Amino acid sequence: MGRYCIKRILSAIPLLLAISFFIFMYIHLIPGDPARMQAGMDATAEEVEVIREQLGLNKPLLTQYVDYMKGLFTGDLGNSLKNGATVWDTIIPRFKPTIMLTICSIIWATIVGVALGIISAVCRGKAMDYIGMLIAISGISVPSFWLGLMLIQWFSVGLGWLPTSGLDSWKSYILPSLTLGAGTMAILARFTRSSMLESMREDYVRTARAKGLGEFFVIMRHAFKNSLIQVVTVTGLQIGGLLSGSVLVETVFSIPGLGRLLVDSINYRDYKVVQALLLFFAVEYIVVNLIVDLLYGVLNPKVRYD
Amino acid sequence: MAEKLLEVKNLRTEFKREKSTVTAVNDVSFSIDKGEVLGLVGESGCGKSVTSLSIMGLLLDTSGKVTNGEVLLDGQDLLKLSKKEMRSIRGRKMSMIFQNPMSSLNPCMRVERQITEAILLHNKFSKEQAHKRAYDVLKSVGIPDPDTTLRSYPHQLSGGMSQRVMIAMALSCEPDLMIADEPTTALDVTIQAQILELMLQIKEERNSGILLITHDLGVVAEMCSRVIVMYAGRIVEEAPVKELFADPIHPYTNGLIASVPKIGSGVKKLPAIPGSVPDLSVMPKGCKFAPRCKYATEKCRQEEPKLQYLPGSTTRKIRCHVFNRAKEGGEQA
Repeated sequence: MGRYCIKRILSAIPLLLAISFFIFMYIHLIPGDPARMQAGMDATAEEVEVIREQLGLNKPLLTQYVDYMKGLFTGDLGNSLKNGATVWDTIIPRFKPTIMLTICSIIWATIVGVALGIISAVCRGKAMDYIGMLIAISGISVPSFWLGLMLIQWFSVGLGWLPTSGLDSWKSYILPSLTLGAGTMAILARFTRSSMLESMREDYVRTARAKGLGEFFVIMRHAFKNSLIQVVTVTGLQIGGLLSGSVLVETVFSIPGLGRLLVDSINYRDYKVVQALLLFFAVEYIVVNLIVDLLYGVLNPKVRYD
Repeated sequence: MAEKLLEVKNLRTEFKREKSTVTAVNDVSFSIDKGEVLGLVGESGCGKSVTSLSIMGLLLDTSGKVTNGEVLLDGQDLLKLSKKEMRSIRGRKMSMIFQNPMSSLNPCMRVERQITEAILLHNKFSKEQAHKRAYDVLKSVGIPDPDTTLRSYPHQLSGGMSQRVMIAMALSCEPDLMIADEPTTALDVTIQAQILELMLQIKEERNSGILLITHDLGVVAEMCSRVIVMYAGRIVEEAPVKELFADPIHPYTNGLIASVPKIGSGVKKLPAIPGSVPDLSVMPKGCKFAPRCKYATEKCRQEEPKLQYLPGSTTRKIRCHVFNRAKEGGEQA
């Protein structure tokens, strides 16, 4: 398993190189001039040129890329164009809210989604199944910005229970997490249901019943344990989706996280920060995938890492 | 007279379809004595497996339901038991061996856990005692290195090993009755012989009863003392095994036995029963076999025969209007 980990981490390096190249090139395709943004709209053409030179934006693209890669390897991501602080200093304080938000969302979405899926599968064709799948369909169909606004309307404005925006206490995480996790919960519920229905038809489930096991153990120990393999894969993929989801949710709830920073930085053409953030998201995605693959091996004895 | 272990009386199992219900098992009655192997044979879809699942109370995950009859195990009617009472009997007093050992074992669980699960459920055993029992029972089904097998996952076992594990699992709580649903169909011939031998040996040692479901007449001849032939959810013939093979009476049984290939018979084309098993939702009115029977008369097509003792016999039963003609026809052929 250790060797497999190292192999996977090493194989991520060329992938990251390719990603960094595409990120770099893509950002330079975004219309808008960072030098002009920094110099200000009323600056003269000369002033803009001076700033362009300071930023190194007048060099050929390939040279810029080489400089950028050099920076990457030495841990120097450059300075934010917006306030001159280093990119690290800009990003680090924004980590916690986003990570917290993602973790809270994935936790409730997994618990509720998987439970809903199991209940629906067990009560197939009965009222509980329809209720469960109605919730799931709603979760998928409702756009998160709308859900966020509705939750603010009900719980913050109407009932006054929870803050409308910002990050003052743990309470501030409740509505954003609900908003962000709704889609994931719905997808997991549907997925768990279909995967449970499949494994409940398997011969070994009948064997478990033939042993005299109670329904709870038949379902959880035999059917669900086998469904889990697929559920974990989907959950992993969803975590990647939550990151892009956080862009919207953080904007709606004015949370100073990475998603909001990304939006602000794109608006300001702060390409150094954008580059760093995109790269971070890519790394996170790769890491989550690695964890999923390793978990997969723990859950599925047929997978061997050697 | 031997002690009756299982008595099935007038069993009727129905399945719900979209708008109608179909009867998969109709008025099936038979009994198994202690230490007896009863064979249940018939084509695919004749209701053999449904009969066994009805006895085990395992129709839960299907749309099937037992709508009539009694299933008496040691005199206790299983159909009247609550779900909980039934669970305490399943696996302990009667157990089942399934057709496909590879898919009947949970792929995500080590063999040890799968065997000890039932042991711990039905006995007040510690984990060590359960392990010991699992070890012993694997040893008794001829697994050379039980420790390795206990640690294995099902995909690491061969088909024959898996079926031995299944049998060990079924034996782990020393049940009185074992239901084996085509236990050797998925195995190759040499392993098949070993598994059958093993089952007979277990029966001898423990005096347990076995209901052996199969479509393989060779297996029946080898294993069983009595045979029931099923067709379209009904018993069409019941006889001691030797008599059945020596003198099959029902035209369907005749056809089944005739369609077994024989070495050195010189026959180029294997005789087959024309037609196929009727669909459960469009059953013929009279005798269900009449459309495929070469002896069928108008009476056969209009009125379903009853299962009754063959005149002059107390061991053979038959469901046929024309068995005399069929018998003569069979002898001439």
